[in-house]
Amino acid sequence: MTKRHVEPIVWLLFSGGGVVASVFLPILIVLFGLAIPLGWVQPEYDHLHAVVSHWLTRLVFLGLVVLMLFHWAHRFRFTLDDGLQLRSFDRPIAVLCYGGALVGSMAALLIVLTI
Amino acid sequence: MADSIQMHVTRYSPGDPAPTVAVYEVPARKDWAILDGLNYIKDHVDGSLSYRWSCRMGICGSCGMNVEGEPELTCATFLTDYAPGPVRVEPLSNFPIVRDLVVDIEDFMEKLPRVKPWIIRDDDVTVIDGEYLQTPEELEEYKQFSNCINCMLCYAACPIYGLEPDFIGPAAIALAERYDLDSRDRGQRERLDVLIEKEGVWGCTFVGECTRVCPKHVDPAGAIQRYKLKAATENLRAFLLPRGAR
Amino acid sequence: MSAPVTYRQPVSRLWWLKKRTYVLFVMRELSSVFVAWFVVFLMMMVFAIGRGEESYQKFMDWAASPVIVVINVVALAFSLLHTVTWFALTPQAMVVRGPGSRQVRAMKEVRVAGQWVPAATVVRVGGRLPASVVIASQYVGLVAVSAFITWLVLR
Repeated sequence: MTKRHVEPIVWLLFSGGGVVASVFLPILIVLFGLAIPLGWVQPEYDHLHAVVSHWLTRLVFLGLVVLMLFHWAHRFRFTLDDGLQLRSFDRPIAVLCYGGALVGSMAALLIVLTI
Repeated sequence: MADSIQMHVTRYSPGDPAPTVAVYEVPARKDWAILDGLNYIKDHVDGSLSYRWSCRMGICGSCGMNVEGEPELTCATFLTDYAPGPVRVEPLSNFPIVRDLVVDIEDFMEKLPRVKPWIIRDDDVTVIDGEYLQTPEELEEYKQFSNCINCMLCYAACPIYGLEPDFIGPAAIALAERYDLDSRDRGQRERLDVLIEKEGVWGCTFVGECTRVCPKHVDPAGAIQRYKLKAATENLRAFLLPRGAR
Repeated sequence: MSAPVTYRQPVSRLWWLKKRTYVLFVMRELSSVFVAWFVVFLMMMVFAIGRGEESYQKFMDWAASPVIVVINVVALAFSLLHTVTWFALTPQAMVVRGPGSRQVRAMKEVRVAGQWVPAATVVRVGGRLPASVVIASQYVGLVAVSAFITWLVLR
């Protein structure tokens, strides 16, 4: 098989993103989307800063972001293709989706390197 | 129970601008399938009604049609389950209509051989040399996928096939997997070359409707997802170790 | 003999509203939008934490505003839909083998120096874990990860 295929690779990223989203996202939304903003729990800023700055957190956070963004990109691309029947525009849709995921990944990289 | 039930049946003659619906009254016999209703119409009411059927026992795969919008084998679906009626009988979705309830299945006929659904080996073993040996365990690995009767209900249920006619489709991929998993087969690579293309497995978004409508419990959706994982890991290996031995 | 004039059945733009299973499928697919939303939210939060206590507080004040809270409640609902459907589909999508499986020798084609050649290899057969076991173990993983993160953040 000498021909390079991109679909298997993006599908693996989509799958990996789906796995991490299924396991990590609910608790993250509960904690950071609801519990802390609404004051149900009040962790100290210094503690949060310490957790976030830890090299392992930075690494895991980057990994989660990249996988989940590509999960969104792949799934959303097919939702537009099939759900809205925009399959004839698949090329530009794919560029926007995977490109968006790439931009988000680079932003995440910058963030974990500079916090 | 009422003694008759209405069937709303699609009629179409080649060259008509669009299909129409004909209403027929058929006896509501408790033991009748939709197919018996259609046979009653053809025998006693309108001999011009055209439809496919053969074994009337759910093994030939000929009598697939949309009943109340759901792809069903009409020999395995009972008339009185739809009482008091009316019950809508239409040709299988996602296929062009040839006449009345008969659809053009050429597309599937072309796609199936593409995945090479037969044992592929390069040794010239013949019947005289004896039979291939296979343990019950090895048989279990692919047995479920071998139950496919090519009825194409899965193609009718698959929204992707309806939107993208190039998609190779559930039954073809399930049958490719059936042979890949067969211990007697050596043709994984040849099938992979076909299915790793864009219109192969990657168009599938795991809607799962194909598995839900399959009358033989083949689970084509499962076969496709397993095939994706196999194709992706194979592709990754090729990418990472292009020249290495495994 | 010429081919008959066949009638191409049109596919409605609203095909996915026609069956309950299709609607559930599209809802499941739309969950990816909320995955992306919350990833962006998290990135903004981590960035704010990095810039100091004041910017973190400002971020949390914004996160507490009614519109954002509603969005995140919806996001949580879709995230749970994603989790439940993903876990349920895993046993169908992959074969997970338990202690009952064994290795057998098989002849398959393998890649050697860029070429495909027939070779002896090993495959596993049998011992496929029932779907309920695969699904349950994923929920165990979910609980474990959630407990760990909660502990990490709140200790």
